[in-house]
Amino acid sequence: MQVSVWRGKADGAFQEFEVPRHVSQTVLDAVTHIQRSLDSTLAYRFACRVGMCGSCAMTVNGVARWTCRTHVDKVVKNDQMEIAPLRNLPVIRDLVTDMSEFFDKWAKAKGKFEGGLTRNDDFARVSSESENRKQVDAGIECIGCAVCYSSCDVVSWNPDYLGPAALNRAWTLVKDERDSRKIERLRAVAGDAGCHSCHTHMSCTEHCPKQISPTAGIAGLKREVSLAVLRGAF
Amino acid sequence: MNFRTQTLLWVAQRASAAVLALCVTVHLMTMVYAIRGGLSAGEILSRTKGNAGWFAFYAVFVLAVTVHAPIGLRSVLLEWFGWRGASRDVFLLGLAMLLAVMGMRAVFGVFL
Repeated sequence: MQVSVWRGKADGAFQEFEVPRHVSQTVLDAVTHIQRSLDSTLAYRFACRVGMCGSCAMTVNGVARWTCRTHVDKVVKNDQMEIAPLRNLPVIRDLVTDMSEFFDKWAKAKGKFEGGLTRNDDFARVSSESENRKQVDAGIECIGCAVCYSSCDVVSWNPDYLGPAALNRAWTLVKDERDSRKIERLRAVAGDAGCHSCHTHMSCTEHCPKQISPTAGIAGLKREVSLAVLRGAF
Repeated sequence: MNFRTQTLLWVAQRASAAVLALCVTVHLMTMVYAIRGGLSAGEILSRTKGNAGWFAFYAVFVLAVTVHAPIGLRSVLLEWFGWRGASRDVFLLGLAMLLAVMGMRAVFGVFL
């Protein structure tokens, strides 16, 4: 098959490669073949190859995908495939993007768990059947691949926007009964750069490889923040 | 503008949207009913002039538009034109006042 691969930084161009097809071949396999057998200067990023680490996401035929779990058969068109770096992130080189901004926004959204217990306290007992825990479970499997961030139009229009992954993370902590920083977190995700800027396009939900719905979490945040403001909680 | 005000603007836009959904429906149904019934402009005016019910309905309609449209434009101006900050909000406040004045002028036009 013919594979067009982005080379260079933001002002680069696509380079064509001829890659042999194999049974159960993934997009990452194709990229690895290019780097190992055709052009060793190609820069790309991967680690686990089994859909856990979130480092190999790229734009394949215009759609952000985790390449290690995407079969070529699923995405190839007319024996051609176009592979580019993720959208909405600065390109370092070829298929590698700078994800600092993406993870900095997790920190801005207060995506760090802060419990209220010490090692001397008993374990917090949270029923797996509780509504809060179910909400956490629905969003907790995020692998930080930035597919949602790359697919989000609001991020491209408003660079300050925290984005679906950071807001989804904040939502899982807001619903975590053990966390002690709910109000600070709601404050961090409110307003123009936060949850209220989401237009509910649902591109994040459509493309998330883990079938998480950041849109649902963001809707929950909108509701919680609004109620907190109306109640004068902050 | 702080996050609290930004949140309240979001709430106001959603609340005004709910009001507009009702107002637009009633307005369109009334228009279709009036036109299909063959009422002339003069006959319509004779029904609205001095009618406190229609006055209240359209005053609420105008108020909802005044709240809803500038808040929506606030996002459009940021996302399409990169316009942010106090100048944008002052412009939108002016737009809201213009909508209120023009809208209420029309409401009084069919009431008085």
